[in-house]
Amino acid sequence: MAESKSLRVAYGEALVELGAKNKDVVVLDADLSHATMTSTFSAVYPDRFFNFGIAEGNMMCAAAGFAHSGLMPFVSTFALFGTGRAYEEIRNSISYVNANVKLGLSHSGLSVGEDGGSHQSIEDISLMRGLPGMTIFVPCDSVEMKKAVFAAAEINGPVYIRVARPVVETITTLDTPFIPGKANVMRDGSDVCIMATGLMVPYALQAANMLAADGISAAVVNFHTIKPIDRECILAMADKCGAVVTAEEHSIIGGLGSAVAEVLAGNSSAKFARVGIQDKFGQSGKPAELFEFYGLTSENIAAQCKLIKK
Amino acid sequence: MNNENLDEKAKLIRQDILRMLYTCQSGHPGGSLSCVEILMALYYRVANVDAKNPQMENRDRIVLSKGHACPAMYAILADKGYFPREDLWSLRQLHSHLQGHPDMTKTPGVDINTGSLGQGISIAMGLALAAKYKKADYNVYTIVGDGELQEGLVWEAAMAAAHYKLDNFTVLLDYNGLQIDGSNDEVMSVGDVSAKFKAFGFECFKVDGHDIDAITKALQTPVSGKPKFICCKTAKGNGVSFMENNFGWHGKAPNKEEYETAIKELGGTING
Repeated sequence: MAESKSLRVAYGEALVELGAKNKDVVVLDADLSHATMTSTFSAVYPDRFFNFGIAEGNMMCAAAGFAHSGLMPFVSTFALFGTGRAYEEIRNSISYVNANVKLGLSHSGLSVGEDGGSHQSIEDISLMRGLPGMTIFVPCDSVEMKKAVFAAAEINGPVYIRVARPVVETITTLDTPFIPGKANVMRDGSDVCIMATGLMVPYALQAANMLAADGISAAVVNFHTIKPIDRECILAMADKCGAVVTAEEHSIIGGLGSAVAEVLAGNSSAKFARVGIQDKFGQSGKPAELFEFYGLTSENIAAQCKLIKK
Repeated sequence: MNNENLDEKAKLIRQDILRMLYTCQSGHPGGSLSCVEILMALYYRVANVDAKNPQMENRDRIVLSKGHACPAMYAILADKGYFPREDLWSLRQLHSHLQGHPDMTKTPGVDINTGSLGQGISIAMGLALAAKYKKADYNVYTIVGDGELQEGLVWEAAMAAAHYKLDNFTVLLDYNGLQIDGSNDEVMSVGDVSAKFKAFGFECFKVDGHDIDAITKALQTPVSGKPKFICCKTAKGNGVSFMENNFGWHGKAPNKEEYETAIKELGGTING
C-alpha cells in the first residue's frame, strides 16, 4: 500500500524545506494558516511569516511589495478567496508586472466538502489561466506538491499552485520528472488518452484499468502544469489515440478541458470529451459523495471514453 | 532649492502637465494639478532619490496610489532628469514609456504600478513592511486621492500599517474634495478622514496641500511606532482658473483655446 498524505500538509512541509535553502522566502497568510498549513512554516520561521488578517486583497498587494523588495513571498489562503476575491489585486499588482509572488492557494475544488459551494472554488484555474505570464501547477500527490513548490521558486514571476485539501495516495515517485509545462505520461495506450490533473489523476488510472478489462487501451497523462500547457504532448497523444477525455476537479469551462480543447481545435480530428463540473456550483457533502454526484469518478471517465469511441 | 524657485517650478510643471494632456487629447488634469506641490515636497525636499540611479537600493519609495495623476509625476521625473523632457509629449501614445497609469516596467523613476485605486497604498504598505523586515532604513511615501478612500482596500492597508507599526510609512491625501461624478459628499461621503486614519492608529497632520513648506514640515516631523497620515487640503485643477474646483475637469483634455488660455494663466508660452 502506497503512502497517503494530505497535499496541504505537504505544502507546509515543502515551504519549511525551501525556506531553509532560500533565505528570501517569506510566507503570508490571511488568518487561515492552520488550514493552509503555512503554520508549519511559521512555527519554524516566525519572523518570516506575516499574517494579514481576513483581508486577502491587501495581502496580495503586500506580497507585490515584498517581491519588489527582493523577497520571494509565498501567499496562502483558500483558492476561492485568493483567485476570486483578490482577483484584481493578483491581476494588476502581481501578474501585470510579473512580480515574483507564489500563490499557494488551498481548499480548491469540491474536495473541500462540507463547507459547501461558497467555499468550493471551481473556477480558480479559469481565472488564473487568463492572466498572461501566470504559471499554474496542479499537483496530484504530496511528492508532486513538494516538487511544485521548489519548481515555483525557480521561476521568476507569478506561479499559482493549486493545493487540494484531502489526504491522497502517493502515485508518483521522487524520480518522476516534474518539468514545468511538460506533462507526464503515466500509462501508455493507443485507443483513447485520458488527460487528467490534480486529484483526478488516480481516478484516470483506475478508469484505464477498467477500460483495459473491456479491451480498450487507454493512455493516462498527468497535467501537473495547466499553464503553459503541453501542446506537443496533447497533439501527439491525440494523433496516436484519436480520442481524448480530460478529467479535472474544476469547471469544464476554463480549466484543463478548455486548455486542451484550445490546442485540439483546428489541429486535430480526435474525438473529445470533458469530465469535470458541468457548469454548476457545488454544495455541502462528503468529498466522496460530491465526486460521485458531480461525475468525478473513474466510472464516469471510463464511460465517457467508451462513448466517444463508439 | 529656495521657495521662489520652487514656486516658479510648480508653474512650469503645471504647464508641462497641460501640454502632455493637450498633445494626446486624453488624461486627467484636475487631479494632476492638485497634487503638484505634494509631489514636489517629496521629490525636491524630502525623499532620498537619485535620477542617475533610479534603482538605488536604499532610495525612498514614492508610490502614486492615485495613479491617474501620473502626468504630474512624469513632469517632475523629467525635470529631475530621469528621462528627457521631450518624452513627456508621448504620453498615452502607442509604445510610449509613459503609460496612462504609472508602469514601473517602462518608466525610469516609477517605483510601483498603480492606477487601480486602493492597490497603490496597499503595495506601498507592503514595501514598508518589507523594509522593516530587511532592516533597511528607507521610507515609503504614498499619495492617495479622496475618492480613492472609498475603496475598502485602503482601510485594509491602513489597518496593517498600524498593526505592523510602520513608522517608515507615510500616506499623503490629496484632499481636493472632488471625484468623477461630483463632490465626495454627493457621491459617497468620506467623512472626517483624519479622524478615520487616527482611529486606525496613524499620527495625523493637516496642511495646505499647495504649501510646499507646510507639507515638508509635516513630512519631516518624526513619528515613532506608528504610520503617518498627512491630509493635504488642495484644489482640484489648481493653477488654472476655469479648471479649479470643477469636477468636469477630472478626466478631460483641454482643447486648443482652453490649452492656450491655461498656459497663459501659468505665465508660459505655447510649446515653451
